[in-house]
Amino acid sequence: MAIAVRNLTKYYGSEKAINSISFDVKSGEILGFLGPNGAGKTTTMKIITCYMPPTSGSVEVEGFNIETQSLEVRKRIGYLPELNPLYFDMTVTEYLEYIGRLHRLDSAMLRSRMKEMMETCGLGSVRYKDIGELSKGFRQRVGLAQAMIHDPEVLILDEPTSGLDPNQIIEIRNLIRQLGRAKTVVLSTHILSEVQATCDRVIIINEGVIVADGTLEQLQHQFQGAESISLEIKLPESSQLNPLTDITPKLQAIPLVEGVEYNGAEKNIHRFIVRSGMGNDVRESIFKCVVQEGWTLLEMSRRITSLEEVFHKLTKQEQ
Amino acid sequence: METARTSFLDFSNVWTICQKELRSYFNSAVAYVVMVVFLVIVGWVYTSSLFLLNVASLRVFFEWVPSIFLFVVPALTMRLMAEEKKAGTIELLTTKPVEDWEIVLGKFLAAWLLLVIALIPTLIYYITVALLGSVDHGAVIGGYLGLILMAAVYVGIGLFASTLTDNQIVAFIIGFLIMALLYWFDKILIFVPGFLTSIVEFLGIDYHFSSIARGVIDTRDIIYFLSLLGFSLYLSVVMLERRKW
Repeated sequence: MAIAVRNLTKYYGSEKAINSISFDVKSGEILGFLGPNGAGKTTTMKIITCYMPPTSGSVEVEGFNIETQSLEVRKRIGYLPELNPLYFDMTVTEYLEYIGRLHRLDSAMLRSRMKEMMETCGLGSVRYKDIGELSKGFRQRVGLAQAMIHDPEVLILDEPTSGLDPNQIIEIRNLIRQLGRAKTVVLSTHILSEVQATCDRVIIINEGVIVADGTLEQLQHQFQGAESISLEIKLPESSQLNPLTDITPKLQAIPLVEGVEYNGAEKNIHRFIVRSGMGNDVRESIFKCVVQEGWTLLEMSRRITSLEEVFHKLTKQEQ
Repeated sequence: METARTSFLDFSNVWTICQKELRSYFNSAVAYVVMVVFLVIVGWVYTSSLFLLNVASLRVFFEWVPSIFLFVVPALTMRLMAEEKKAGTIELLTTKPVEDWEIVLGKFLAAWLLLVIALIPTLIYYITVALLGSVDHGAVIGGYLGLILMAAVYVGIGLFASTLTDNQIVAFIIGFLIMALLYWFDKILIFVPGFLTSIVEFLGIDYHFSSIARGVIDTRDIIYFLSLLGFSLYLSVVMLERRKW
């Protein structure tokens, strides 16, 4: 187990930032830490990286305790803090060298790692520039390079793509995917597509507690609840049928259908949403029913709950 | 990657941090400004005493440097921690495999070394005086030793002030006030009740400096400087650890 978090609790004064959370991260996994702003993602990451201790609970990274073996933990972690703080008055080379030396790389190792990081993170063209002169995308790459300079087992990235433009986001995501092949990565984000694009597993955290933990498929499956099918049915021009009193009951009568919702019409095209129990595919029966009645089926699609919906369901404030 | 620490007395992290801070002093021209200001003021003070009073002595020089330190040192130390806090790089630094005391010591060394470097050109005055007349070499050695110790204490205090805030101006003011208080202690003796005078006098930094600058190296003075330095560095480490409270 690369990271083992047990009953982690953190208070800021009297305010509870995280409340007894526990989870494991397996070696080689890319874990997405998802939650609205202020949910406790950053706090958890600051504790894992030994920036501050928890109020109670424990964390082990590669078998080392964050409080009693803090130096051993910090040696094995590469950390990109939120907002990617950097020394603007240093050049890229000076900065990477500084961080490498703090990790006690000897000169030969430092040289080869710096070369590798310049290549992997595409920093060759800006190596002698002051970090303050770089664009946000380049700064982010410098932040990733410094986190990776000592070839750590574990990478902790706090909102690695925040503030970047869409092209840069794709670039950084590819970089993380590429780096993540050989590493354990924990990245936090409040952007759902980020998780979909990069992570093997998701933990959703809200108001300091974990509300969901699993692979994307598992989460979608778990929170789907029911299958829903949206339909567009075209009636003949001459038809005088009332959708609510004539069509809905027909659909309702199909075996296994649990609910039918009328969703408006455009001329003689009527839209419905049909719900059935989880795992009950009623598409065939619907098709047959529509044909039997002499209507035309223009569209039929099965809706799968998106991660957005799962996220929204789990993190909306209870009123 | 195995990068084990070889022994307890391993100062390579301290040196790495010190080098980085020194480089940023020289990159940002702060170092040159400080050195020039220092040399110009000291040079003016020295030459005016040489030509106006017609004395070839370093006495005036050693009298003036401590009060120049009062302004120069807080200007040097104000950014050491405050800037890292403001920029958030403190989080970067403290999550590297580096102890808090190594950070404090590295930063202390950088500012102190810069002051020692800034003192080196003033040896020209010593050489001129030595060429012009007879010099009490013991007093000069004592004077420089005193300045170096005083610089260490002031840098310690300035560094501590910088750990208190993320605002460099505030760090400057706090550092300046503490240093000024120490400096003025033995100059306010007339306002102090009789039974307290010797205590207040002993607390004043100038009292110990003057004693060393006379060429008398007394262990009590050395202990005074070292304990103040140790105390200020200790408090800096405590303040840096405050993020964990």
